[in-house]
Amino acid sequence: MPQILKKLTQRNEFYIFLVILALSFVIELRSGQFFTPNNIVDLASAMIVPGLFAIGTFMVIVSGGIDVSFPALASLSVYATTSTLFDLKYTGNMWLPIVMSLGIGALLGAVNGILIAAFNLPPLIVTLGTSSLFRGFMLGVLGATQMPVIPKGMSTFGTSALFIAKNATSGLTSRMPVAIIALVVVLVIAYFFLYHTMLGRGIYAIGGNEASAYRAGFNVRQIKFLLYVAVGVISSLAGLIRVCMMTQDHPTNMLGMEMMIIAGVVLGGTAITGGAGSLTGCMLGTALIVIVQNSLILLGVPTFWQGFFLGMLILIGTGVSASQVMRSSNVSKMKKTRRAS
Amino acid sequence: MKNRKIKGLFAFLTRDVYLARLITLMALWMIFMAVFKFDSFYSVINFQTMASQFPEYGLMALGIMLCMITGGIDLSVVGVANFASIITGMILKMMVDPNGKLPLIGIPAAILGGLLIGAAAGALNGLLISKVKIPPILCTLGSYELFTGIAILFTKGKAISGFPDAYSATISGKLFSVIPMQLVFFVIMAAVLAFLLNRTTYGTKLYMLGTNMKAAKFSGLKTDRLLIKTYMLSGVCAALGGVVMLANYNSARADYGTVYTLQCVLIVVLGGVSTIGGKGRISGVVLAICVLQMLSSGLNRFPQVSSFFIPLIWGGVLIIIMILNHFTENKKIKSPKVVLQALKSPKM
Repeated sequence: MPQILKKLTQRNEFYIFLVILALSFVIELRSGQFFTPNNIVDLASAMIVPGLFAIGTFMVIVSGGIDVSFPALASLSVYATTSTLFDLKYTGNMWLPIVMSLGIGALLGAVNGILIAAFNLPPLIVTLGTSSLFRGFMLGVLGATQMPVIPKGMSTFGTSALFIAKNATSGLTSRMPVAIIALVVVLVIAYFFLYHTMLGRGIYAIGGNEASAYRAGFNVRQIKFLLYVAVGVISSLAGLIRVCMMTQDHPTNMLGMEMMIIAGVVLGGTAITGGAGSLTGCMLGTALIVIVQNSLILLGVPTFWQGFFLGMLILIGTGVSASQVMRSSNVSKMKKTRRAS
Repeated sequence: MKNRKIKGLFAFLTRDVYLARLITLMALWMIFMAVFKFDSFYSVINFQTMASQFPEYGLMALGIMLCMITGGIDLSVVGVANFASIITGMILKMMVDPNGKLPLIGIPAAILGGLLIGAAAGALNGLLISKVKIPPILCTLGSYELFTGIAILFTKGKAISGFPDAYSATISGKLFSVIPMQLVFFVIMAAVLAFLLNRTTYGTKLYMLGTNMKAAKFSGLKTDRLLIKTYMLSGVCAALGGVVMLANYNSARADYGTVYTLQCVLIVVLGGVSTIGGKGRISGVVLAICVLQMLSSGLNRFPQVSSFFIPLIWGGVLIIIMILNHFTENKKIKSPKVVLQALKSPKM
């Protein structure tokens, strides 16, 4: 038992979990509304889209890259899908929109992938560029405007509920959207892929040291390319779900989310330099951000404090993990010198 | 004599590919505009408008350039600029006497207040990056969120306006009724930075730090102090951008100019500053700013082209330039050892 405890306390995820726990108890104490069924369901449904985005971002950051283009990518692929289907007066079920938007997402992800893997360009700059490109394409070429109505199949998918939670005291009800299944499925696939396939291990290897991964026999370029395609697919799915859940398409509504998502992933203990991090941490970090965004009102804090709290959270979170890295590298250095002497 | 001069110019252009490319791009665009929209593009008013528009983000880009030379990046410039412009605006409102008159010292004091905020914000970035060792991209991302958050707290999320007219009239006025004041601010800042980078030991140290942080440290540079100074300078640049923004819009808000972050990084990369640090010239960045302003102003002359095409073109230009760089730089790499090193791609 103490050994497990020791192992736990060495992990970043454990501390994030403690922070989440502390925060939720504070909110519960102040409002008495946090641990009600409907609040938990609301939080879970608010978690779907950021959670999906975070899985994609997590994989990229583990590989030592970064992607800031995913909101623009998702907006473009979803807008293209919805507007085409709407013009065709599509009335069918959800599968065609899913296939279409994921296909477009894969194509757009491949653009990132080619630029980063084949030309070996720095990911931050490439995705900044493609983000601008995708946004311009959507607003300029497609002439995107707000779509107040989306095809019927999509809106019924977005509003259909898995189950309904009811708050006994206030009588408020919240729906658990069916879309949460998508998050769970993607999470399971990502877990299997990252920890049980050679391709997934390759992502960690590249993030640790690209030259070593190359020497060890990983096809670095191929892995990187496939990674960015996968991120395109996951982001498009997230975008599609968001549009379905809102039952309307604001093309520019998602833009600007990237900073928040990256912050959540890094808060969860993923090293920004790549090679280290876990899906659990990534989900916990994202959950923390979602809770801060959704529950400050329950604490009686006016919404305009949100930015301040988020900024502090990012700086403190990254500061703590950075100083941990510094300390651990110092300790290992000390051990080495002691052994040498 | 003349021949030698031309030869010298030619040699200069072939030596610096980035500058040559930007100059070619600019020349092509100017010819294009001359052919299609000569009257509306080549007018004094149009050039005055352009010169009053670009200093806003041009100043922020200068700050990002400094940080990128050290191998870092400053994504918080827009947050700093908004924060500084809000503080400047609040000082202005405080200084107004009951008669609605602004004392003579009012404008300089307000600007100074804004710049101090910029320096403080930059110092915070620098401290976190050098002492706590947070990677610059994350640190400035977080501090962007923080500065914007504080700015929202000050304004309760609303725009503040209703400043004395004297401020806007001064900052967005014209020097000798020809040169826009905003341009004067930009030129002064660019000149100061050019002097710092090219003529002082600070500049030399900065390039050294960007080329190899470890080597710089072991050769006795106070890297922490250098980083803090650099991020402070970047903060001051951004704050000056905010001061100009306040005059241009005649109001301040926590979320003005959010697209500028991306735009500024794009400018700096187009200007030939290496994203891994150690390389980059102020002339390239200034030229890139001019090229982009001309592109977007020129496009505005074509009413059938929606302004939404501008991000498309900017992103396209950035990626094309990067691919071109890839091919020109890869020519130098020959031995497999170097290829392997190059494979270890730069990390932000």
